[in-house]
Amino acid sequence: MEVVVSPPTDKDILDLGVMAAEQETCLPVKVCYGHILTLAKNVDCLFVPRLISCQKDTYICPKFMGLPDMIKHSGYNLPQLITPTLNARERRNSWPHSLVRAARELGFSRRMAEAAWYQARQELSLYRKKLQQGHTPLDILFSRCQPDVASDHNLLLLGHPYNIFDEFVNMNLINQLYRRGYRVITPEMLPPRLIEQKAAKLPKHLFWSLGRLLVGTASHYLEEGSVSGIIHVVSFGCGPDSLVGELLERRAKKVSQMPFLLLTLDEHTGEGGLITRVEAFLDMIEWRHVS
Amino acid sequence: MKVTFPHMGYLYVPVRSLLNSLGVEVIVPPAISQETITLGTRYAPEFACLPLKVNIGNFLEAKELGADTILMAGGVGPCRFGYYSQVQREILSDLGIDLDMIILEPPQGQWRLLLRGLKRLTAKASPLAVYRAGALAWAKLKALDFMAKEMHPIQAREAVRGRTMRAWKEMVERIDDADNTKAVQEATQQGLALLRKIPLQTAKDTLKVGLVGEIYTILEPAVNLDIERSLGEMGVEVIRSVYLSDWVVTNLVLHTLHLRDDTEHYRLAAPYLNHFVGGHGLESISSTIEYARAGIDGVVHVAPLTCMPEIVAKSILPQVSMDEDIPVLTLMLDEHSAEAGIKTRLEAFCELLQARRNRQQTCHKRNCDVPAQCREGFTFEGISRN
Repeated sequence: MEVVVSPPTDKDILDLGVMAAEQETCLPVKVCYGHILTLAKNVDCLFVPRLISCQKDTYICPKFMGLPDMIKHSGYNLPQLITPTLNARERRNSWPHSLVRAARELGFSRRMAEAAWYQARQELSLYRKKLQQGHTPLDILFSRCQPDVASDHNLLLLGHPYNIFDEFVNMNLINQLYRRGYRVITPEMLPPRLIEQKAAKLPKHLFWSLGRLLVGTASHYLEEGSVSGIIHVVSFGCGPDSLVGELLERRAKKVSQMPFLLLTLDEHTGEGGLITRVEAFLDMIEWRHVS
Repeated sequence: MKVTFPHMGYLYVPVRSLLNSLGVEVIVPPAISQETITLGTRYAPEFACLPLKVNIGNFLEAKELGADTILMAGGVGPCRFGYYSQVQREILSDLGIDLDMIILEPPQGQWRLLLRGLKRLTAKASPLAVYRAGALAWAKLKALDFMAKEMHPIQAREAVRGRTMRAWKEMVERIDDADNTKAVQEATQQGLALLRKIPLQTAKDTLKVGLVGEIYTILEPAVNLDIERSLGEMGVEVIRSVYLSDWVVTNLVLHTLHLRDDTEHYRLAAPYLNHFVGGHGLESISSTIEYARAGIDGVVHVAPLTCMPEIVAKSILPQVSMDEDIPVLTLMLDEHSAEAGIKTRLEAFCELLQARRNRQQTCHKRNCDVPAQCREGFTFEGISRN
């Protein structure tokens, strides 16, 4: 089967998404609409999974849960949609089940589908290993390296993967930090078990998968103190992050007085404004070091 | 222990009754005003949804009156409401305000926490008293819901504007004052009699509008800028999709016991939304379909700005509106919403509905097919951000 992947986000994709999606939705949903509509013209089948949960007792977010339906009823002519429900909320191994079922509906044998799943999983674990060695996904894709800098030049970059690793959406934030001589640490670089352990310390079970990732990572580095600052990237109107971000910011202030920058992205964010804020934040961190 | 709790429509009547009969001292926060909202907005996270902000306002105002404990509900996601209590506790403690919290929520394997909360509330009461307290509060809640349902058609047809609202206020007071289930029944009968006495306009063919959306914005008049009253006083009969007693049964009792059954909603919504999305997102879709098939003229969909489940619903409603031939008006509410703006939109919407109905009737009288432009559903948006 030939697989077509949408090109990296650009202005056209974003504009398409902004036009097609409900105006209240957050930036990532609009970007996703843009990608889907870009693909729709050149494919026979679209893979838009219904992502419910990546781990036990959590959800991603309601918009992910409704995404295939939102797309289907957006009034555009779309090819056939493949929308397996991916839900690890109750059963741990339900992901392969639904993916294999989706493959069988497309006419593949169970054996082929399962073999494909195992291969994909192996690739994934290789990729994860690389991430945990301290590479960002972009480093791996473009085979580049984190800058070689002093160990006190680490920044913790928090945010959902679709925001912090999309260079168009975040206006090349990671590169900008590299250029200023900072190593970037993201939640993907910590072992999931450690993150889970830290997130479990919250007084109430946090039921958003990505929220747990952020809280777990942040508490680890706040305790350890091995980063000079935290940058939290959120999309305007992101539901979970409006609360999780608040908890993080309050904790950063209380626990260790760690510098904390909240960057809110939407389709109107200008590069100039973003750069100015990041530079001011980095200047502040450097002045702290001097004094 | 002086217990307070957040406002949500007339929820304060049964909750006050429940806590009072359990021998717990209750401080009901002052009714939600613009100051409450401003106060809450000042301390709550900027992008949190409106109910969280208003809750904070309630707590701070109740603290002024001497409350020292908050009774709050919770949830297990994915709607943000489930995590309100945690964020609110952080906000209050950072403000240096010492308020204890009792959180009642479906336990995720932590029955002990729920039981501990319940124990604190029922410490002073015998099991029989607990049962009686529950029965009385439940009776009051059912009575209020029943009255609200009875009131809507009368309000749309009243001859003198405002009579029904006055009667409603009196009924709420009477039910609030009742101190046993029998008295509640009597108050309900008296209330019904009051409603029946209201002079009606003769032979008025009223528009019917369904109210769907997120529960807090539907139930709290101070937050939805009195949508129900505005519509009623425009001579429009409101059909509300959510009543508090239904919500208590499905979300608090059945959900906790894993007996929740939403098959009817799921079945109706399935062609459009094939999975639950938290909050009342799915119910907004299914109720709209239900209303369309029942021949109701239009649907008003309300939600707080950035409400995740309702954004999913809002993305799908235009298609439902077209397929099912029912106009839908979505109102996203936040702390900047103003009554005049909402009222203008509602009036415009109702005028369109009236025009649509007239056209359909003329076509019907002339015994011809309804032309395409009459059948078209239309959707237009009302948002409070300008």
